Amino acid sequence: MISRLLARISPSLAFLSPAVLAAGPDLGVVEKQAVNQTAIILFVAFVAITLWITKWAASRTKSASDFYTAGGGITGFQNGLAIAGDYMSAASFLGITAAVMTGGFDGLLYSIGFLVGWPVITFLLAERLRNLGKFTFADVAGYRFKPGPIRAFAATGTLVTVLFYLTAQMVGAGSLIKLLFGLDYWMAVAIVGGLMMIYVLFGGMTATTWVQIIKACMLLSGVTFMAFMVMSHYGFSFEALFAAGVQVKTQLATAAGKTPEEATKAGLAIMKPGGFVKDPISAISFGMALMFGTAGLPHILMRFFTVPDAKEARKSVLWATTWIGYFYILIFIIGFGAITMVLSDPTMLDAKGALKGGPNMAAVLVAKSVGGDVFFGFISAVAFATILAVVAGLTLSGASAVSHDLYATLMKGNKADSASELRVSRIATAVLGLIAVLLGIVFEKQNVAFLVSLAFAVAASANFPVLLLSVLWKDCTTKGAVAGGFVGLVTSVGLTIISPAVWEAVLMNPKGSAPFPYTSPALFSISAAFLVIYIVSKLDNSQQAASERDAFEAQQIRAETGFGAEGASGH
Amino acid sequence: MFIDVFINHILSSPKTTIGGVKMSDQIVAKIKANPKYQHLKSTRTGLGMLLSILMLIVYYGFIALVAFNKDFLGTPIGAGVTSIGIPMALGVILFTIAVTAIYVRRANSEFDKLTAEILEEAK
Repeated sequence: MISRLLARISPSLAFLSPAVLAAGPDLGVVEKQAVNQTAIILFVAFVAITLWITKWAASRTKSASDFYTAGGGITGFQNGLAIAGDYMSAASFLGITAAVMTGGFDGLLYSIGFLVGWPVITFLLAERLRNLGKFTFADVAGYRFKPGPIRAFAATGTLVTVLFYLTAQMVGAGSLIKLLFGLDYWMAVAIVGGLMMIYVLFGGMTATTWVQIIKACMLLSGVTFMAFMVMSHYGFSFEALFAAGVQVKTQLATAAGKTPEEATKAGLAIMKPGGFVKDPISAISFGMALMFGTAGLPHILMRFFTVPDAKEARKSVLWATTWIGYFYILIFIIGFGAITMVLSDPTMLDAKGALKGGPNMAAVLVAKSVGGDVFFGFISAVAFATILAVVAGLTLSGASAVSHDLYATLMKGNKADSASELRVSRIATAVLGLIAVLLGIVFEKQNVAFLVSLAFAVAASANFPVLLLSVLWKDCTTKGAVAGGFVGLVTSVGLTIISPAVWEAVLMNPKGSAPFPYTSPALFSISAAFLVIYIVSKLDNSQQAASERDAFEAQQIRAETGFGAEGASGH
Repeated sequence: MFIDVFINHILSSPKTTIGGVKMSDQIVAKIKANPKYQHLKSTRTGLGMLLSILMLIVYYGFIALVAFNKDFLGTPIGAGVTSIGIPMALGVILFTIAVTAIYVRRANSEFDKLTAEILEEAK
């Protein structure tokens, strides 16, 4: 049954793996497939539990503060798990396993890139966010700035990042669920959109947080079991695991007609860096996008407002870093498991020797190999839950940008009452949910590989510089922050469009014709944003600028000591 | 219509309130004058900067090796196939967790204690 399921190949799944950007397999004949019953039963159980939690959360979601931040009553440990849940997306789980299976060592480079942003958040932002902010990162960036322009900028930065990320997730969800569950693409997208709207609309941040926590626990226990089984197969010896991986790769190269010498070289290639880094500029630029993008993702930043104080904010980031680091180490083991157990198993490969269902199936096929059909069903359900949890968090942060930054602060001049703000955020959630479903359906056949890296690039180039300089640099002014932020936004999007990932892979221009040759725009767009913020702020001699500089001292005292910070609302 | 309101709002530039500054100037002045606050600020910023720089060196140092010396990372450690790059990469992951832990431990004990004292003395 499973092999028939996997026979249906989806091209858009390729987006999940950064390593196989343009290498989408051919679209197979779309035929009716048997549904994956174990996976569906387990997923329905997950949905039942989360809906029950949403019902409980709804009874506690009475004010805007409950809706955006769960009343600030989440503990550091819970929040750490929820952040990890937000961050360990299907792209990480399936994409990085596939990258390790394909390139071995190179897959680790993605993991490391995704992890190194966390200390930066810890040292520079976590406690300042908690001490200065209330509901959105614009509260922090706009603490001493003119509300109009800075809110308009922050809401734009948030919505752009959220929409890019959300589209990528929805397209991934549709393809993945079609493949794993045997459901139609549109049905999968509609289920994800519908459930996500229910969580966020009724349960707000409380429900979203618990969905994240449950999903994180399911995912972490799933990968722990898989990595344990892979390691036990090789007597818990890394050397034995790697040696088996090298052997399989050598055999595959021999089978592909390589000479023994070439085959040995190809086998050993998984033990060292390969094609990941084409040129040093791309490597540095891509590293910057991942490192600073993490510190600019609105749905991640928003999580720091759910804890009662700076101490819990720091604890949550430490827990998150630990869980995410642990997850990535296990993913590396599972990726090698995919080489040794899946690539060597003819029943899991197609006629050409490629994985049935495409490289992104690596992780779920390892699950099948080590745990049989029931565990395969479990991991499929986890993948579904993962996407659901991530889109819920994204939608909530997008909705709060609309209702808190645009509606309550900008249009109502901070005089909106909690009830009307709550109403607007629910309308915004419903609208964003519908947009997400529509975008998911519209982009079904598109190559959306670039969207995740674009979301990181925008977060790193627009949101991060503004946030950082507004809290750390006295002379930063509204004009400088807004000008630099928009420059970062436009540059990162513009350079991505003329880079190979879009220019050649999406717009179908000839290979090598992209005007911007590098993998990521971050090095240039982040520098441009910082430079413009610096220059415009320095040149700003207005009365407004002077009063903003005067207000820095008080802002800094609150940021450093938490004096006057928003407390937990309590229940 | 929504756009109209939105644009008008930006253009008409409502009277600026310096967002959220509610604390009394007196307490701010007291905190500012407290040598402990200056000490807290400089120690914490110093530690944050030091660990940030270490993180940047470790990460970009590793990326530089990946970019410029792939063969070094591919050198086998012993008689087997495990290359020197594997423990180094895992080392970067563990280092990331370790620097975060160092900062959080110190901030949650020493710095929070100092902060509590500063706030107490400012009353």
